[in-house]
Amino acid sequence: MQVNKFKVSCTINGAGYEEEIAPDLLLIDFLRGLGFLSIKQGCDTTNCGLCTVWVDDRPVLSCAVPAARIHGKAVTTLEGVREKAEAFAGFMAEQGADQCGFCSPGLVMNILAMEKELDNPSPEEIRAYLAGNLCRCTGYASQMRAIEAYLAARPYCKPRGGDQ
Amino acid sequence: MKYVNKGVPKLDAMALVTGRPVYTDDIAPDNCLVVKVLRSPHAFAKITDIDTDAAKGLPGVACVLTYKDVPEHRFTMAGQSFPEPSPYDRLILDRLVRYAGDPVAVVAARTAREADRALKAVKVSYEVLEPVLDPENALDHPSVIHPEDDYHVNFDIGNDAKRNLCSSGEFSFGDVDAAFARSDVVVDRTYRTKANNQAMMETFRTFSYMDHNGRLTLVSATQIPFHVRRIAARALGIPKQKIRVIKPRIGGGFGAKQTVVSELFPALVTLKTGKPAKMVFTRRESFTGSTSRHAMRIRVRLGADQAGNLQAIHVDTLSNTGAYGEHGPTTVGLSGHKSMPLYNKAKALKFTYNVVYTNTMSAGAFRGYGATQGCFAMESAMDELAGELGMDPLALRLKNLVAQGEIMPGYYGEKLNACTLDQCICRGKELVGWDDTYPFQKISDTRVRAVGAAITMQGSGIAGIDTASVEIRLQDDGFYTLMIGAADMGTGCDTILAQMAAEVLCCDMDRIIVSQVDTDHSPYDTGSYASSTTFVTGTSVVKAGKALIRKITREAAKKLGLPPEDLEFDGTSVFAGTKESGQRIAVTDLARELAVGKGACLSASATHSSPVSPPPFMAGFAEIELDLETGKVFVLNYVGVVDCGTPINPNLARVQTEGGIVQGIGMALFEDITYNASGKMMNASFMQYKIPSRLDIGNIQVAFESSYEPSGPFGAKSIGEVVINTPAPAIANAIANACGVRLRQLPMTAEDVFMGGCND
Amino acid sequence: MFELKEFCAVQSLEQADRLLHSDRKNVILGGMLWMRMGTRQFHTGIDLSQLGLDRIKDTGDHIEIGAMTCLRQVETSPVLEENFGTIFKDAVSGIVGVQFRNLATLGGSVFSRFSFSDVSTALLVLGTRVRLYRGGDMPLSDFLETSPGRDILVSLSIPKQTIDTVYLSHRKSATDVPVLGAALARTPQGWHIALGARPSRARLAPKAAGLLPRVPDPEQVEAACAAVQEELGFGSNPRGSEAYRRHLAGVLIKRGVRAICR
Repeated sequence: MQVNKFKVSCTINGAGYEEEIAPDLLLIDFLRGLGFLSIKQGCDTTNCGLCTVWVDDRPVLSCAVPAARIHGKAVTTLEGVREKAEAFAGFMAEQGADQCGFCSPGLVMNILAMEKELDNPSPEEIRAYLAGNLCRCTGYASQMRAIEAYLAARPYCKPRGGDQ
Repeated sequence: MKYVNKGVPKLDAMALVTGRPVYTDDIAPDNCLVVKVLRSPHAFAKITDIDTDAAKGLPGVACVLTYKDVPEHRFTMAGQSFPEPSPYDRLILDRLVRYAGDPVAVVAARTAREADRALKAVKVSYEVLEPVLDPENALDHPSVIHPEDDYHVNFDIGNDAKRNLCSSGEFSFGDVDAAFARSDVVVDRTYRTKANNQAMMETFRTFSYMDHNGRLTLVSATQIPFHVRRIAARALGIPKQKIRVIKPRIGGGFGAKQTVVSELFPALVTLKTGKPAKMVFTRRESFTGSTSRHAMRIRVRLGADQAGNLQAIHVDTLSNTGAYGEHGPTTVGLSGHKSMPLYNKAKALKFTYNVVYTNTMSAGAFRGYGATQGCFAMESAMDELAGELGMDPLALRLKNLVAQGEIMPGYYGEKLNACTLDQCICRGKELVGWDDTYPFQKISDTRVRAVGAAITMQGSGIAGIDTASVEIRLQDDGFYTLMIGAADMGTGCDTILAQMAAEVLCCDMDRIIVSQVDTDHSPYDTGSYASSTTFVTGTSVVKAGKALIRKITREAAKKLGLPPEDLEFDGTSVFAGTKESGQRIAVTDLARELAVGKGACLSASATHSSPVSPPPFMAGFAEIELDLETGKVFVLNYVGVVDCGTPINPNLARVQTEGGIVQGIGMALFEDITYNASGKMMNASFMQYKIPSRLDIGNIQVAFESSYEPSGPFGAKSIGEVVINTPAPAIANAIANACGVRLRQLPMTAEDVFMGGCND
Repeated sequence: MFELKEFCAVQSLEQADRLLHSDRKNVILGGMLWMRMGTRQFHTGIDLSQLGLDRIKDTGDHIEIGAMTCLRQVETSPVLEENFGTIFKDAVSGIVGVQFRNLATLGGSVFSRFSFSDVSTALLVLGTRVRLYRGGDMPLSDFLETSPGRDILVSLSIPKQTIDTVYLSHRKSATDVPVLGAALARTPQGWHIALGARPSRARLAPKAAGLLPRVPDPEQVEAACAAVQEELGFGSNPRGSEAYRRHLAGVLIKRGVRAICR
């Protein structure tokens, strides 16, 4: 069948991109195709949260966004927030909470989104915000310890200044 | 100890959490053909005609392969040591398809879209046969699932394929009939568990290519690189030395990747086309085209005197191995041999079993490996017995509990050298507040809180079979390369083994480099399964480390002109007398010197296989809140107290325990593989098969009561599997304590609780 | 997977309508969460996301919600909470996760007439009307009885009134679709009860609601529960049996009435 290419222009992690894409290309495949390999696919049914990226700063499932829809928008992947991710990774490592790591990129993207959206989330609010990030290894408890420690340490991290 | 029993961060933590491209699909070459598999829509059918011409003619299609294109060597996909106990009952593609999902054709194309179109263009005609879907009717069913003449078993496993019997057997100790006859109370109950899906986050995936020497290289998410090499060689009909298997980082396994699942399809394509090929399973495919936990029906008979002294235990298991026998003959054994020995005071034991074929997806390995199913049955039955006797269920357990120093007739006659299970029970009882809550507390007119408990054991490796080699090399700057064949699947075994190496070699962790598994370079290891890595491979690390120290000392002795027995090694140097005053040589200097003109670069290898499999133990306690109006159960608090011997890395041991408990809660309350009347799996997605989210579980509390296992490295046993077993029975017992409803079937839904357990 | 030959971000509803009716295989794109799971081949995917339909507006006597408003907006909207309490938050917060709800659109949920839709159930008790590009204005309760046709859902409109609300559901696990959902509302004119995931589409139970005085006694509540069990049909699916759903209906309504009267 004849498919008309769609021209999409957007920014990814602050850099401009102009690409010709198939109209039904999904954002996850678009981004992985461009080498943003942090993004993982864990299901086919929008249930697992592994593919979380930000579109205009909101966390979304990149497996359900047509790449054509990000025309004119700003996409952020884990590659674009690596310094923050490294700060958080230290807390994960401290707990042994990283385990297989396959769900980590989506989880980190959603934690960093939560950090921007909620001021001082309670454990219940954290759990609710991250409910769409499945993990099969950890049973979540160690992740929660890492997240709470990370959030608690934030005032001390701030003086170190800039990220992204 | 500097590193053992310390919560050292995982070596790969930073890479994993910051999203580095380290998994199979991340490192696959861009020019791989995309491989997809056409799967049978029928549970049981014979292919009468298969037309691939149209598919082959489509743009981008490199090949379309059917049963006509594969070698006719039956094999098993089970990742077990040779000769495998699992029957050779498979071909890569077969004319007879035995479950809805069985592979029918393999296509490879330039892009996923082109491969999809090719799949649609393959025309298959089937003669649909009557499927066998109910394991309870499988034996002697008119439909024979494996009628083939070249069906093969490596040794006697009680097999009779013409009766749909994959395996059967019997074990007994003492006079069981007499022991039941003299029992004052006998409970006789039947329990049923489901075919759970391992559901690791990374689905099955493999890419393959031919190297410059014409050898087939498979890069795969696997727990068993060396078994993959052997199985692929047999299945593909090529010599083992023509295959190399590389394991990158893996996104979880839980036993699923102890079976060859995705490897053979790209391998076949690469062999046929000479081109690199890649197959990434969809989540649906991971559900419908792999292996699941064996669904079991377990009847438990317990006989006791009035005072609660167990006289006899009889476990009878019917296990559903599905369409193929992967792990069927072995998993079933654990349902008896890892449940009965807990109550070693029983005077007589009997264990009988049948493993049957049905036209459902093949079962395989899943954390716990039969022990989990047995634990649900035994630990539920123990509470039912306590009820009949009017005893506290923990008191009944303690009265009959296996103890350190005992010989365990139900556990292959092994002697128990390390066990703190009684302390695990007492500690857990305190932590969960048993005495305050047991059996239940009313919170309101519609809510009660209740507690329930269960205990369990597993093994540490497969005695006399699992084999691990390790090589440690002293490198020219005085750091070490730790070469292992054990496959870290996210559990952190690379780190744990490095901790042990650093401990033995008295050096900092950053002087230990752990190399990725590659069958061309890594020493042989049966793989990461059966809770073997810390215990078996760990022992090899200790042995190899000590051997290397001897070699270093010997070289230093030559250098210093002193007899080796006068020298000491402290990690940084080898010295005589005291470190300050005596003669010494730094290890870094020695290493540097040995690398130049001496022909004496040092490395030491060791291999270990354990004649015993010391069991780790765990006591699990569930505190639930039950909504009496809806039957809904929420696990408020779960306490797990573990005896894994010395925890080499308490952080990682704790996370293993927490993760295992939550998987166990999933199995207990949510996870439900069901087949419809025509044999199609109904919950092949995370939308329908609900693994626990972080909102589905309450607080998890983990504690260790460490014994010291004399045959393990630094006193360690194992942790990986034992942790999944207790939630199902503990929660079932808590539900019974909360509202008197005894559920004997998993998962236990709110509706089951509300409707009063009308399942027996 | 699903296929699209062309993607068109339309600049007007007229353009969207023209495209939709020019080819049977053209399709309006909602949040894409369900469509991506299908295997259908479409021609043009019509994207409405540039039409400003993702807003929640207070028009004075109504609250108007554009069809492309995502569930997360609905969940966190101060305007909705001010006017209708936490019913939207309670109805959508169990749906998969934040990233999902940032994509799933209200219009997609309602237009697809998903039988398990929490949000449609909640909207029913608020007296919601839908606005269709061709079909015009109609009560949501009527719309949900129709089969999906070829029209464009533009917006939903909810009258502002004195109202107490509650949404309750029973789920097998926290982020699963409901086994049964129940929405209740009390206005000066009386009660509204709706049940969703029965497992068929959400529906109002006016007869049962009519049995409830402003502050009912336990017997009147029991009578209303019994009436709902009569008035609305229940069925079985893998998430629950008919008998269990019928029972749950009584429990949820009882709890809902109690929550509102508290």
